[in-house]
Amino acid sequence: MSGPLLEVDGLTVRLPVRGTMRTVLSDVSLAIRPGEALGLVGESGSGKSMTARAIDRLLPRGAETGGTIRFDGRDVASLAGTELRRYRGEVAMIFQDPRAHVNPVRRIGDFMTEALRANQGVPAAEARQRAAGMLAQVGVDGGARRLRQYPHELSGGMLQRVMIGAALLTGPRLLLADEPTTALDVTTQAEVMAVLDELRREFGLAMLFITHDLELAAAICDRTAVMYAGQIVEVRASARLHDDPLHPYTAALAAARPDIGRTRARLRAIPGRPLSAFEAPPGQCAFAPRCPHAAAGCREAVPVLVELDGGRSRCARAGELRGALEVADG
Amino acid sequence: MAEAGAVLEVAGLCKRFGDFTAVDDVSFTVPAGGSLAIVGESGSGKTTIARMIVGLDRPTSGTIAACGRDRSRPARARDDRRRRGREVQIVFQDPYTSLDPRQSATDAIDEVLRLHHGWPAGRRRARAAELAELVGLDERQRHTLPRALSGGQRQRVAIARALAAEPRILILDESVAALDVSIQAQVLNLLADIRDSTGVSYVLISHDLAVVRQLTDQAIVLWHGQVVERGPTGQVLDDPRHDYTKRLRASVPRPGWKPGRHRPPTEATTP
Repeated sequence: MSGPLLEVDGLTVRLPVRGTMRTVLSDVSLAIRPGEALGLVGESGSGKSMTARAIDRLLPRGAETGGTIRFDGRDVASLAGTELRRYRGEVAMIFQDPRAHVNPVRRIGDFMTEALRANQGVPAAEARQRAAGMLAQVGVDGGARRLRQYPHELSGGMLQRVMIGAALLTGPRLLLADEPTTALDVTTQAEVMAVLDELRREFGLAMLFITHDLELAAAICDRTAVMYAGQIVEVRASARLHDDPLHPYTAALAAARPDIGRTRARLRAIPGRPLSAFEAPPGQCAFAPRCPHAAAGCREAVPVLVELDGGRSRCARAGELRGALEVADG
Repeated sequence: MAEAGAVLEVAGLCKRFGDFTAVDDVSFTVPAGGSLAIVGESGSGKTTIARMIVGLDRPTSGTIAACGRDRSRPARARDDRRRRGREVQIVFQDPYTSLDPRQSATDAIDEVLRLHHGWPAGRRRARAAELAELVGLDERQRHTLPRALSGGQRQRVAIARALAAEPRILILDESVAALDVSIQAQVLNLLADIRDSTGVSYVLISHDLAVVRQLTDQAIVLWHGQVVERGPTGQVLDDPRHDYTKRLRASVPRPGWKPGRHRPPTEATTP
């Protein structure tokens, strides 16, 4: 058993918003082993994208951070110059909307080979050859011809394959994938996920996979972490997340989703709306105001993430609620 | 094609844009109080159908009748246009762009009530409060501008505003697709309640098969502008017959799901 490749410990991030500092992440801790896929699931404002940005050192100007992020034992905050460039090659990011992250007036080939040429000093001809080979691996036909095309000539699904190919070209050890298939059609999503999943395994890459879709995360990640109001509230083996959750929010999220297999008389909606970290009531469990299992103690202290039954839960009542957090109703 | 109790009848509907056929001979009916899903992905023609039903696009051929009256040609007069508004209303995916940013929920609802019913202020105020109550907007939310509301709250305003015209048919064009799961469940429950209490019919346009299962009785599956499968929603989803429906069904993540490469990708450009 090897040590973690990525280790985030007690990460707290505050951002300036109209003159005041607002907490967006609060005590986020997670670890990813080499080759492991960890899902990061949450609703709007839960902090899942901000976590990826903090890991990739892409936080907005003026952000205040606490806690540590270690990659392969190195403190990411202390990296500079050559070391930071090397880190950016080892950690590759794939975004939700490829069109917003690719220069529309530059050809696919220039985009794909840029990092190879600029950061790794690979000669242009060799870089293009490697890019063409990568296109075949991500399932884009037409190889060298594609390298001469512009982004607008490719569909969304094709462009996302190009983004995945470009991310893999620099030989990263960790992929940060932020809702990479959310903007795609369902059938295209399945195909792009297949590409991502196959190549990740083939190259032995670790992955942090960010999504709002609990089922998608559970299907392709080894473990899944669930975020709420800037905190991780549960980490669980994906296979057990859906049927045996450790936190009331995970159970509520799974139960609120309509079921493709049957019509429910009523969906079990969660009252209220998801909160951002800065809106969460201070000094208590952030989910307590919406939680069907909240007790007096839940409103008196912020619960910590504790080990439980092979996973972790940030619920003060997690132990006594074991088995009571049923997801499916009859 | 006339069917007893049908509130919406679409027959042989076609829409061509130049050489491109977006909608190709589509027919369906929706009974009063019924709920039909139009399932498809981008480019399937589902939104073009919605736009033709509400009158934003004109069919190349085919007929659309709501409440027994033809609406495949543009309304000639203001009265006709308003009557059509009382027959069919639509709620879009993104309430950011469909609500007037300078109008509170109450003002937005009031405008529709004045236009369609011509009631005096007192009666409008009472009805606006009822509608806001129906969709679960609290006192503060009723009087703030859309930018101060969350996505789910804005979508409630859009639904209340559409219902103010007392339409017989409500078209829901991906109306819950952009909502967080916990909010989506609230809005889906709300839509079920509204259908029970008002007898309105729904046409749900969606790519989300679980949402389709929850809200509709009948479904048609569109592929490249054509209906490839139709039937009771449960049957279409549990026992799909057409290859495309099967592939759609197999693409939905679920416990134990493994994504597969289904076909060699060949499409070269965005349609």
